[in-house]
Amino acid sequence: MSLRAALYDAALEVADQKPWPRIRVDEETWARAAFGLHAGDVTLTALWGEPGAVHMGLIEEETGEVLVLSLDCANGTFPSVGVTHAPALRLERTIREMVGLVPEGCPDDRPWLDHSRWGVAHPLGAATPAPAEGAPYRFLTAEGPPMHQIPVGPVHAGIIEPGHFRFTANGETVVRLEERLGWVHKGIERLVIGADLERAAKIAARISGDSTVAWSLAFARAVEAATGTEPPKRAHWLRALMAETERVANHLGDVGAVCNDAAFAQMLNRCGQLREKVLRAADAAFGHRLMMDRVVPGGTAVDLLDAKPLAEMVAALRHGFPPLVRLYDNTVSLLDRTVTTGRLDPALARRWGAGGHVGRACGRRCDARRLPGYAPYDALRFDVPIRETGDVDGRVWIRILEIGESLGMIEQLLAGLPKGPHRVDVAPGAAGAEGVALVEAFRGDTFAWVRLDGEGRIARAHFRDASVFQWPLLEAAIAYNIVADFPLLNKSFNCSYSGHDL
Amino acid sequence: MPKFLIESLLRRPATEPAPAADEAGLTELGRCLDAAAHRKLGRSLAIREVDAGSCNGCELEIHALNNAIYDLERFGLKFVASPRHADVLMVTGPVTANMREALERTHAATPDPKWVVAVGDCALDGGVFAGSYAVVGGVDAVVPVDLHIKGCPPSPKALLEGLIALVEKSA
Repeated sequence: MSLRAALYDAALEVADQKPWPRIRVDEETWARAAFGLHAGDVTLTALWGEPGAVHMGLIEEETGEVLVLSLDCANGTFPSVGVTHAPALRLERTIREMVGLVPEGCPDDRPWLDHSRWGVAHPLGAATPAPAEGAPYRFLTAEGPPMHQIPVGPVHAGIIEPGHFRFTANGETVVRLEERLGWVHKGIERLVIGADLERAAKIAARISGDSTVAWSLAFARAVEAATGTEPPKRAHWLRALMAETERVANHLGDVGAVCNDAAFAQMLNRCGQLREKVLRAADAAFGHRLMMDRVVPGGTAVDLLDAKPLAEMVAALRHGFPPLVRLYDNTVSLLDRTVTTGRLDPALARRWGAGGHVGRACGRRCDARRLPGYAPYDALRFDVPIRETGDVDGRVWIRILEIGESLGMIEQLLAGLPKGPHRVDVAPGAAGAEGVALVEAFRGDTFAWVRLDGEGRIARAHFRDASVFQWPLLEAAIAYNIVADFPLLNKSFNCSYSGHDL
Repeated sequence: MPKFLIESLLRRPATEPAPAADEAGLTELGRCLDAAAHRKLGRSLAIREVDAGSCNGCELEIHALNNAIYDLERFGLKFVASPRHADVLMVTGPVTANMREALERTHAATPDPKWVVAVGDCALDGGVFAGSYAVVGGVDAVVPVDLHIKGCPPSPKALLEGLIALVEKSA
């Protein structure tokens, strides 16, 4: 009997959550799940709180099946998961500051997203007034005579999002990197409370702009699960068309940017031109370059305006991208920077449940399109490329290969696009109905959970970007590399700040 | 690699050509910016981009300004790595409470004369994030704004048009 099944059997109560169950458990079962995480029997996919309860989302790697455990916190505390399972640490810090529930035994009591600037404490809980003057932060130390610290950010040198990196280095060698995030925290999970579906979908589309299709899709699927809405077949195919176009555009940008950070500007230039082709095709096909607000609960906001630009884009990439791949693979000075750089230990990737190029470059066979899987990917032929090296080169190759797979899928989707409507009305759903969704963004799996109020509004929601479990791995991957390789390594991960900070 | 270099030497630039009839608006605006920017600032206008809380959608399109198709640098406009080298702060996002001080400090570090361009619908009034406990508001809630470029996110063409409007105003 799998741990997931055993935990389910220990349920005190089963909540109205679709398509995977949410169960209320006692402390003993909660602890059993925490040890199961530690033992690697299940993977942590989300950990969040609300007044009076904490929720733990588990995923069974073999089947991709999800189970959500809920523990009542009558006295405002819950047993820490992070004390035995480090991937939960930042999530528990977030629960403490956002909701006010205390993870008992959690070894890290520092705030995470809360920089003491909001003027409110526990915004997802009691929301009491608090000072907004800011507070010093205790960075972790690395001690010894030759060590020096390099503080970077939150405002970086490039056109990128804000975050703070505290390097402790011995000469050129990084001994410790500690991230401090939360700068772009916008209070998304509170903003959606009480919002109608239209407004909440707009907010979800802006969780991370580069993954706007994937986030809209995750939100829509969660709402559809909660309300029992089945979008028309054409909608599924149009959504996949957008999602794969988004994936191609982002991967092209990343391949170019990684090479540019190794001072090989030629690749950025060429990939940038191809990326622009993809965005223009998206604009012509769906009326927006990033396809923002095109996926909505019930289907898609627009039908395919014109298929020809997408077909032409695929042809242009089939012609223009392979020479760039050969250029990458034959330029020794470039490979010298990417091969063996920033190698991530596969055991850590497994433990943190890393998805996307971070996980798959470490041999993890994970892809939400396959497991648990969702329409229309069961009707499409595609491979999930895997690399074992775990270095910058491996993550570049995952992207290169995924571009090919996505182009193949776009061709299949265009060839077999079903006729019919692209949208249906969303049923209001019962008060308290809950839905959960896992969707594969270009970075990896995104998790969305919603609870409805029965009148077409969101009662509560939780969003977990793939970056949440990838950011800590970046700290591990940079250790004992040189400072100058950090931009390269950081770009090869390309974690979302906005998606993490919410 | 040699093949690419030869190709680059022999091929016409990827940058969209000036006389293309259907893109006449874009190139015409480019020339206009050229003249105005020269008058005011010699040959260059240095831009420092600051994300004060955006979803990163605006950043993607600002990035595109640098690609070979839009080639912002042909107009003398260049992104720089430090506010101390900048004439223009290009700010995106609703300003989050957590980023407020960083934006104020970046603004203070930019030498006069300086201009602030707020990019995107969030930068105007907070956009869909307005009203959040974690959001201060639009960019002008924290630093004075000279120009606002609308869009969610604005297209690279809209960004170019906006930058031109800024130079016209300051000239």
